[in-house]
Amino acid sequence: MRYAIPIGVFVLLIAVLAVGLRLDPRYVPSPLIDKSVPEFSLPALRNGETSVSSSHLRNRPRLLNVWASWCVACRVEHPLLLSLAKTGQVDIVGLNYKDERADALAWLARHGDPYAQIVYDVEGRLGLDLGVYGVPETFIIDKNGIIRHKQVGPLNNDTLNQVILPMLSELASEP
Amino acid sequence: MIPEIGQFTLALALAVASVQASLPLVGAIRGYDSWMGLAKPAARIQFLLVFSAFLILVHAFVSNDFSVAYVAQNSNTALPTAYRVSAVWGAHEGSLLLWIVILAGWTYAVTLFDSQLPRSFAALVLSVMGIVSVGFLSFLMFTSNPFARLLPAAADGGDLNPLLQDPGLIIHPPMLYVGYVGSSVAFGFAIAALIEGRITAQAARWIRPWAVGSWIFLTIGIALGSWWAYYELGWGGWWFWDPVENASFMPWLLGTALIHSLAVTEKRGTFKNWTVLLALATFALSLLGTFLVRSGVLTSVHAFATDPGRGIFVLVLLAIMIGGSFVLYAWRGPSTFSGGTFEPVSREVFLLLNSTLLAVATATVLLGTLYPLILEALGLGKISVGPPYFNVVFGAVMLPLIGLLGIGQFSRWKSDSIRRLLVRLRYAFIATVATAGCAAVALGGQHAMSAAIGIGFGIWVFVTTIFGIVERCRHREHVWYTLFHLPRAFVGQCIAHIGFGCTVIGVVITSFYTIDEHQSLAPGDRALVSDYEFHFVGLSSFDGPNYRVTEGTFDIRRDGQLVATLKPQKRLYVVRNMPMTEAGISPGFTRDLYVALGEPLEDGAWSVRMHLKPFIRWIWLGAILMALGGFMAMFDPRLRSPVTLRSEQSATSPVSD
Repeated sequence: MRYAIPIGVFVLLIAVLAVGLRLDPRYVPSPLIDKSVPEFSLPALRNGETSVSSSHLRNRPRLLNVWASWCVACRVEHPLLLSLAKTGQVDIVGLNYKDERADALAWLARHGDPYAQIVYDVEGRLGLDLGVYGVPETFIIDKNGIIRHKQVGPLNNDTLNQVILPMLSELASEP
Repeated sequence: MIPEIGQFTLALALAVASVQASLPLVGAIRGYDSWMGLAKPAARIQFLLVFSAFLILVHAFVSNDFSVAYVAQNSNTALPTAYRVSAVWGAHEGSLLLWIVILAGWTYAVTLFDSQLPRSFAALVLSVMGIVSVGFLSFLMFTSNPFARLLPAAADGGDLNPLLQDPGLIIHPPMLYVGYVGSSVAFGFAIAALIEGRITAQAARWIRPWAVGSWIFLTIGIALGSWWAYYELGWGGWWFWDPVENASFMPWLLGTALIHSLAVTEKRGTFKNWTVLLALATFALSLLGTFLVRSGVLTSVHAFATDPGRGIFVLVLLAIMIGGSFVLYAWRGPSTFSGGTFEPVSREVFLLLNSTLLAVATATVLLGTLYPLILEALGLGKISVGPPYFNVVFGAVMLPLIGLLGIGQFSRWKSDSIRRLLVRLRYAFIATVATAGCAAVALGGQHAMSAAIGIGFGIWVFVTTIFGIVERCRHREHVWYTLFHLPRAFVGQCIAHIGFGCTVIGVVITSFYTIDEHQSLAPGDRALVSDYEFHFVGLSSFDGPNYRVTEGTFDIRRDGQLVATLKPQKRLYVVRNMPMTEAGISPGFTRDLYVALGEPLEDGAWSVRMHLKPFIRWIWLGAILMALGGFMAMFDPRLRSPVTLRSEQSATSPVSD
């Protein structure tokens, strides 16, 4: 009987690890969830004369996607953003983070442009306020300008279909 | 084109590994000689294939082939060539490939040194290692292909994580992997023993150098990691009880238990069940370490590339391989392990107690590492278990272990008496207490008492080791001849134990007597740390190959004498826009002086960390000695000679190794 103890302990261990795997270790309860987007007013990327401010993020739910032309992982999620934009389900606001304007525009010209608006955050100040610690990151913002969800790292089909889209349709049905 | 060849080579390797994993296994069980004969050539061909694939990946890095996605993510044209090579194992795919290459390398080594083993036993060992290789090659091929293309190719790469751009990190992961993966040989041995239903003294003797070999690499790997953290992370710590550190530490602890338990199994033919269990569990923890690092199930400073999908794959691998081996243990164990008796007071029993304590220590580390996960899995919230838990619980297990180590290495095989031990160890105990008392007076301070107890344990190891050598020589006719012709395994044992004592002393003194100062200093300012004066002379800026440097110059004086000039750096790695700290360290046998630049403040001042770290080198010096001792023991010629029955002989000699 005592020879069976190791396998017993091991089964318990595997059970814990299996449950643990289904939890998201990157889910850090962000202090910004359910808070307003920090106040900002920054130049737009495409036309530097105009500016985008936090008051633009109202009236409709939106995705805020942090990206940069120097970010390889952004290229991974980019096709998903393009097809999401094509469906017209949601406006995607880009936050171009610590980037050169010319590089960013060339990147969009080459890979396609899913963004309704793009904030040009060359110094990374808004990124700092949002607690961005790696690019890409994606925020779901409701129609009152409240941050409802934060995704760290590139989007993939799973996170899009299981988290982002359900949450967006839920937000759309909110009064 | 070349990367596709690499991928094809891996597919071939998987096919060859499948042959190695299946036919010799069946052959050994059924007694088909020609099927057993396949194990050796298959293992060798597999090694050549995976090694070629590895070289092809190295080539892609060195030639900046950014059409390979993995290269594009982890390298850059500005990266120096040495780091382009080490970037191969800088992230998931490449480090997994390295893991597989090392496994194939160990397997190849086994094919070279299996002449002492019965043919079927050797075929079983190789076959089990083939099964492990099939698992990991499929993992690589199906979830983490290092040769996947990125189309269109990137103009330049995303650069290697700057944390990893360091000489220590070129060799730290390969060393750890050689250690981790080396435990697969002992795993193969244990499974082969369970399948054959017996452990011969010959097999037990054969496995000892392999178990010690993998333990040596693990020792060096862990020490390198600790040393790297010390000078690169910039806050002067050397061990953080980080989940990934623990993942490498647990197989080390169990591997230590294993090499000791193996000694008993080989010499006295007992504790076979315990030895086999330790061999299985050591490899299980090596795989668990791989899982913890690669799945991202725990957050850690080391989790550079994590992916839950891959986590499931490793978990299934773990469940099949380790679960299967434990089932085999439960099924075959009762009939396999017989024979061997022991007296309640004997060297066997001390070794058993200590390997049990090592297993308990491993369990406490495992519990502390997984506790946050267990709580979260049960929905009880997110917590973290920090150094306070580990220091207290781990320390509580280590102290009795050290006490027993001293008595154990002094005791006799087969049968001993408490009275003899008490009489013999009297003077050792007095010498220990006296030396520890002197140390307490010399060190002083409010922690003198606790420090003296801790140091006392380290000294106890020294003293009993020396007494053990004396005991061994003094009854012989030719004392000096005996002293200089001690068996290599015994010398190795003494060196490793002295190394362990050094590490204990280093840890104790560093923990109690480190002085940290954290001040804001501008060029020209001076600060006093204990009796050392740190003079911030000035700052300069220049460019490195792929980073910008701000370098401070500090003159350190003691009693007006210049002791050292340190140049700590703050580096900004351009591609990832990541700042890194390079501490300025003046190393010494009894103390390190340590300066690290923090953040620039207003008016040209910087926040500066200054540490005085007494005896910190002893921690790593001890690890080097442990590895050296293992090395000596591994190459003891007696472990290579044909087995003779030695139990009679060891019962009559006063102290045997």
